[in-house]
Amino acid sequence: MADRLAIDAAAGQAIARSTAGQLPLNVLGLTWKAGGKRLIDVISLQLGDGGVTVIMGPNGAGKSLLIRLLHGLLEPETGEITWNGERAGDGTRAQQAMVFQKPVLLRRSVSANIDFVLKLKGGADPTYRDELLARAGLADKARQPARAMSGGEQQRLAMVRALASKPQVLFLDEPTASLDPASVHMIETMIADVRKEGVKVVLVTHDAGQARRLAHDVVFLHRGRVAEHTPAASFFDNPSSSPARDYLAGKIVL
Amino acid sequence: MQDFAEAFRLAFHLVSQMDDELAAIIALSLRVSLTAVAISALIGLPLGALLATTRFRGRGGLLVLVNALMGLPPVVVGLLAYMMLSNAGPMGFLQLLYTPTAMIIAQAILITPIVTALSRQVLEDLNTEYAEQFASLSVPWATRVGALIVDARYGLLTVLLAGFGRAVAEVGAVIIVGGNIAHLTRVMTTAIALETSKGDLALALALGIVLLAIALSVNAAVMSLRLTAERTAHG
Ligand SMILES: Nc1ncnc2c1ncn2[C@@H]1O[C@H](COP(=O)(O)OP(=O)(O)OP(=O)(O)O)[C@@H](O)[C@H]1O
Ligand SMILES: [Mg+2]
Repeated sequence: MADRLAIDAAAGQAIARSTAGQLPLNVLGLTWKAGGKRLIDVISLQLGDGGVTVIMGPNGAGKSLLIRLLHGLLEPETGEITWNGERAGDGTRAQQAMVFQKPVLLRRSVSANIDFVLKLKGGADPTYRDELLARAGLADKARQPARAMSGGEQQRLAMVRALASKPQVLFLDEPTASLDPASVHMIETMIADVRKEGVKVVLVTHDAGQARRLAHDVVFLHRGRVAEHTPAASFFDNPSSSPARDYLAGKIVL
Repeated sequence: MQDFAEAFRLAFHLVSQMDDELAAIIALSLRVSLTAVAISALIGLPLGALLATTRFRGRGGLLVLVNALMGLPPVVVGLLAYMMLSNAGPMGFLQLLYTPTAMIIAQAILITPIVTALSRQVLEDLNTEYAEQFASLSVPWATRVGALIVDARYGLLTVLLAGFGRAVAEVGAVIIVGGNIAHLTRVMTTAIALETSKGDLALALALGIVLLAIALSVNAAVMSLRLTAERTAHG
């Protein structure tokens, strides 16, 4: 995998920014294997432009793997992922951003973390950087070393750093997993805001309340398969698959 | 016994007065070893970065080679440099043998593998940590290497200090290509090696004290770098 990343990053230089929208997303017969196990087991999926898509499912269901594949960080074993007709890869990834389940912050100051992305994606912009820091409630921590911050503060920084690249698609892998209620509210407000700006958000969460507040549609994963893909309106009150029903009822889903 | 006490007294006197000859020897030592470190950094850092961030055929073999070269005995390096620089050698026409330049070349050969191998390790660890985030951001290769070097600065400085420590303390390479000529190529280690056998214990001891002090300072610098790195969550 390191090989692929090295090559991808090198190829990243040559990527031209297309202006066409990236949606719809089409996934057909997607599988991904590791250690002889099919961890993504034939997934087909269509995502439209509308709203936030929430991905739910028990631990180890394959949620993080799936969004890595969609983001083009992993190569499918079989099957196809296309964003508005373009295969997922360097080209599509250039206009997407991802906040990882464990945020990876650069060993620099808080503001330098955002500056790095701004420079990469167009040019330094101290005003916009300060605005982003304020949105994350980190204005007074701008000069601190990023990795000396608390876990929750690091997650908020990772979130606004992802926004700094002005992505068309934003993947969020449990962005509020270790946050206090005020910070959760802050992140959810950011998600709602970028959604209004037309960004497609794909959100992985275990927080049913949050999913209910934000979701337009819900993809429920179970053992590497899509157990159901349902509009939010009916998912929470009337899930159609039994794993989702058990999960929402708080039963252990294996 | 009397002699030893006298030698120590004289040595401390030399150090405290910073005797001219002593100062010249120390200055040359520092100039030679610091220049050698600078050269090894110019070659070893980019090479280490290349090895850390790219995959190519033969990389594994190159890694083994560089790691093996870390353990090169200084006298062997001295011998090789001597053969290169002597009149019969390929670089003989430059007439560099028994000059400080020859000593710099020999020490650079000695520590470049150390700087390469250690910086490769430091950069590869950080690269592993950053790889997925950088892939997500589509960071071009050159930017990635630059960011790795900046963010690993404390670790890389420690690497350079290790190289300097090795260079300034070695005697085998500089004595063969330098020759310990007074006022020209005499550095601390060669002076200690040869003045001791000639009976000038005081000068040898004085130089020994300075060398020890330098070794201690290098270690203190490494320690404070580590503390700074920890304080700013660089570790
Ligand atoms: N690179 C890999 N190599 C081997 N197995 C992997 C790899 N990545 C993930 N897995 C396995 O695939 C399964 C799905 O992992 P994934 O991280 O997608 O789970 P998840 O749905 O995000 O779970 P969680 O809710 O705990 O974050 C897990 O059992 C995991 O151990
Ligand atoms: Mg996960």
